[in-house]
Amino acid sequence: MSDVVVVGAGIVGAACAYYASQAGLSVTVLDRGTVGGGTTSRGEGNILVSDKGPGPELDLALRSRTLWLDIGARLGADTIELEEKGGLVVAKDPEGFAALQRFAGYQRESGVSTVPLTGPGLLDREPHLAKDLAGGVFYEDDMQVQPMLAAAILLAQARALGVMVESGVTATGLERDSRGRVTAVVANRRRFPTKAVVNAAGTWSGDVAQLFGTTVPVLPRRGFVLVTEPLPRMVRHKVYSADYVSNVASSDAGLETSAVIEGTHGGTVLIGASRERVGYSNDMPVEVIRRLAVQAIGLFPFLEQVALMRVYSGFRPYCPDHLPVIGPDPRVQGIYHACGHEGAGIGLAPITGLLIAQLLSGQSPVLDVSPYSPARFDSVTA
Amino acid sequence: MTPPADTTFSVVIVGAGPAGLAAATEAAGHGAKVALVDAGTQPGGQYWRRPNEASSAAGKLDYLHHDLTSYTTLVDKLSEHRKSGAVTYLPQHDAWTVEGTDAGFVVHLVDRSRRPEKRVSVTGRRLVVATGAYDRQIPFPGWDLPGVMTAGGAQALLKGHGVRAGERVLVAGTGPFLLPVAAGLAEAGAHVVGVHEANSPLRWIRHSPAVAKNLGKLGEGVGYARSLARHRVPVRTRSMLVSVEGSGQVESATVARLDGRGTPIPGSSTRVPVDTVAVGWGFTPQLELLVMLGCETDVDIDGSVICTVDGRQETTVPGVFTAGETCGVGGAALSLAEGTIAGIAAAGGAVAASAKVVRQRSKLRSFAAAMHLAHPVPGCWVDMIEDHTVICRCEEVNGAELRAAVDDLGAADARSAKLLVRPGMGWCQGRVCGFATACLTAAWTATPYSPGTTARRPIATPVRLGTFLEPSDVVDAPTTDGAQCDRPTIRARARYDDA
Amino acid sequence: MIDDSSHYFTFDGRRIPFTPGESVGAALTAVGVRAWRRTRVHGRPRGLFCGIGICFDCLIVADDIPNERACLLIAQAGMTVSTQEGTGHDATG
Repeated sequence: MSDVVVVGAGIVGAACAYYASQAGLSVTVLDRGTVGGGTTSRGEGNILVSDKGPGPELDLALRSRTLWLDIGARLGADTIELEEKGGLVVAKDPEGFAALQRFAGYQRESGVSTVPLTGPGLLDREPHLAKDLAGGVFYEDDMQVQPMLAAAILLAQARALGVMVESGVTATGLERDSRGRVTAVVANRRRFPTKAVVNAAGTWSGDVAQLFGTTVPVLPRRGFVLVTEPLPRMVRHKVYSADYVSNVASSDAGLETSAVIEGTHGGTVLIGASRERVGYSNDMPVEVIRRLAVQAIGLFPFLEQVALMRVYSGFRPYCPDHLPVIGPDPRVQGIYHACGHEGAGIGLAPITGLLIAQLLSGQSPVLDVSPYSPARFDSVTA
Repeated sequence: MTPPADTTFSVVIVGAGPAGLAAATEAAGHGAKVALVDAGTQPGGQYWRRPNEASSAAGKLDYLHHDLTSYTTLVDKLSEHRKSGAVTYLPQHDAWTVEGTDAGFVVHLVDRSRRPEKRVSVTGRRLVVATGAYDRQIPFPGWDLPGVMTAGGAQALLKGHGVRAGERVLVAGTGPFLLPVAAGLAEAGAHVVGVHEANSPLRWIRHSPAVAKNLGKLGEGVGYARSLARHRVPVRTRSMLVSVEGSGQVESATVARLDGRGTPIPGSSTRVPVDTVAVGWGFTPQLELLVMLGCETDVDIDGSVICTVDGRQETTVPGVFTAGETCGVGGAALSLAEGTIAGIAAAGGAVAASAKVVRQRSKLRSFAAAMHLAHPVPGCWVDMIEDHTVICRCEEVNGAELRAAVDDLGAADARSAKLLVRPGMGWCQGRVCGFATACLTAAWTATPYSPGTTARRPIATPVRLGTFLEPSDVVDAPTTDGAQCDRPTIRARARYDDA
Repeated sequence: MIDDSSHYFTFDGRRIPFTPGESVGAALTAVGVRAWRRTRVHGRPRGLFCGIGICFDCLIVADDIPNERACLLIAQAGMTVSTQEGTGHDATG
């Protein structure tokens, strides 16, 4: 009998297991695939505050950033490739730069460090940047982590505290007692007795919710990342164009692209980001590749001579109001959701895991969780 | 208003090796407008690799080839079809991806004959993928030293350029391909110190029905064996290359005898001074384009991921055909048969009318299956991996690092190992280490071998990012006066090429 | 045997003969050069391995362009090729 079964061994499930085990709970983690095999392995490892305006998501991001630093200090920043590299948001034209500075002003009021830069100041930070940009804002709080290593190492830590991790095990349903409370998770024709279950199935959490007799409105929003040949360190920070923020915030189903560029430990440069709602389509439209390549060269002209080596794509767990779903299910007692982070799942994983652990163990959460409550959708759907 | 001419090819064929050449000439013979795209500078693929026409070595190396008559027949047909406009031949064009669209299958190419290279696209209502295979490798201590080459690489140097890979050469691995490689090197004047075949030809006899039906194929092997005997090249069976030594380059190779279960016999290893090792463990089919289109795949007897096809060589994606090694490694004769069938089917012809080729295909397929059964990779290689043995040559991931991914980080398969410690993340995209990583993760997690997604590579060959600054050129089918059927919309051009 | 002596390229300052149509990798092999790249992590020497453009081990710098595959690159008279260090790209570029 576990205190909790976590469905999903991505970064969010790993963080839930990590914090829940530290809170003294007995935990079993199930994943139908491998550790971090879903959207965790499909991103860039962003831990960002720069792309979030004041509000409940930024509150989460700021808390989570501190937790990432704690994790880095405990487990070794190098082992999870946690890098306090900082983010640089740039604007091509003066109007865009003015809007970016206004946005940064609001963020500053919420405690985000922002440094406006122009001309030589910009090139000082990022020497290979295009020379024709109107300006940028440097966010020293932005970080990057290798999400696969992070998920694997968080789970390894949890294992050391007795957490069971079962990969290749697909949850198929719940068992409940006469009062409707969760008693077991059924997976691969096995029963995993438990008092509670955490839905950390990422993009597939809508399907898992349905199996468990409830709903969360999480949908896939596809993104591509271009990977270059290995290079010396040419891109120091996470660099992206200011229109990225509006693309993230939009709910358009059509294709949106804005260049998001950064180097990696391995030497490759990653080029994102595209967003489109096309279900789980597995094709690779060349138009997406072309747009990302052209936009990336616009920010870093040296990329023109660099080879595109690989492309990967993934499906972000998109929620219509762009906020994650964290907390107890309003219908089924014993179900907790930890999903719907869209493109911010890596960054927000620790705070999500901590909040879930606190809710599960009856402690008062470090943050007001009402903005993320799964109950918020009921007023709409009822 | 007259409608625009139909510039879509009826069939696009990728690859001009035996399968692709057969498919192209056959499809054109059946009235199809064909585009034949190929990475090479001239037709023939790896099997019929020959010096550049302009080269002084041209013609001098023909003795290295088996069945050059088929080649000249096909190339002659190809030039006739090119003259008549039935075939548009695009050499030095690398296919980097493919899209299924309303207009047909858009094959995206990089024209490497131009400097800087240029993006080009060609669209066909049907697609034949004949991309062949490359040498399969397994890691062993010292295999990243200069002087270790794939058997196919040594063969390519010889056939393509008349250059010997080295002076004192040891040929090792498994499979019938080792014999022509060793014989070619010996004929060219290299001192071949030995052929070390890890399996025993006695196994062939157990599968004799398939062998008996293909005595011609067996005859090839006898010919090479005679040539090796003439050059006093010893052929050792149940003998396995276990390591290569040297500082900066190959200085010696160590071989060991294997017992009946394929395990090295203690004390049987010998170190042989050599400057070159040519090694091959069968072949890996190139499936990138097929996987991108969503064609169903399977795992062959030899452990390779292959594409599933029906009797017409059509994949599970309607309109997409494939022939040759992509359907299972089986050699040039089988590729010719499958290419012929694919060409007929893709052009809308009746495959049943070519009963002889269909029979040949089935005979050669069963021969190929017998060969795979006779030449498994001995499982003992896994135990020979040392901590410092390089697994992934590109990313320089060694045995200890891969082992740690499994033991400490919970990597459960090749993909999660790749995502955690990078084997397969480099320039070659796991083409060299993908098989080995799948074998090692399976062995170390005590789970069944499962190559999984190792064949998925959306970018089939690297493309310079700058090529995207310019619109892609579109290769149009030559227009004819004849009636055009189901004229496609040319929407694709606007969609992909408006910058 | 080289039958056209006007065909040379230079490799790390050394004159290398080639026959028309020959790859840079073949021409280097013919004169006994086995390695022309040092890997970016451990500085290991590498040269031809697969010989057919698959493995990218034989990367070389040709006329200032890094990461050319020596096995595929056709030699041209007067070409300057050199050993590739690491990624082949200069960090200060």
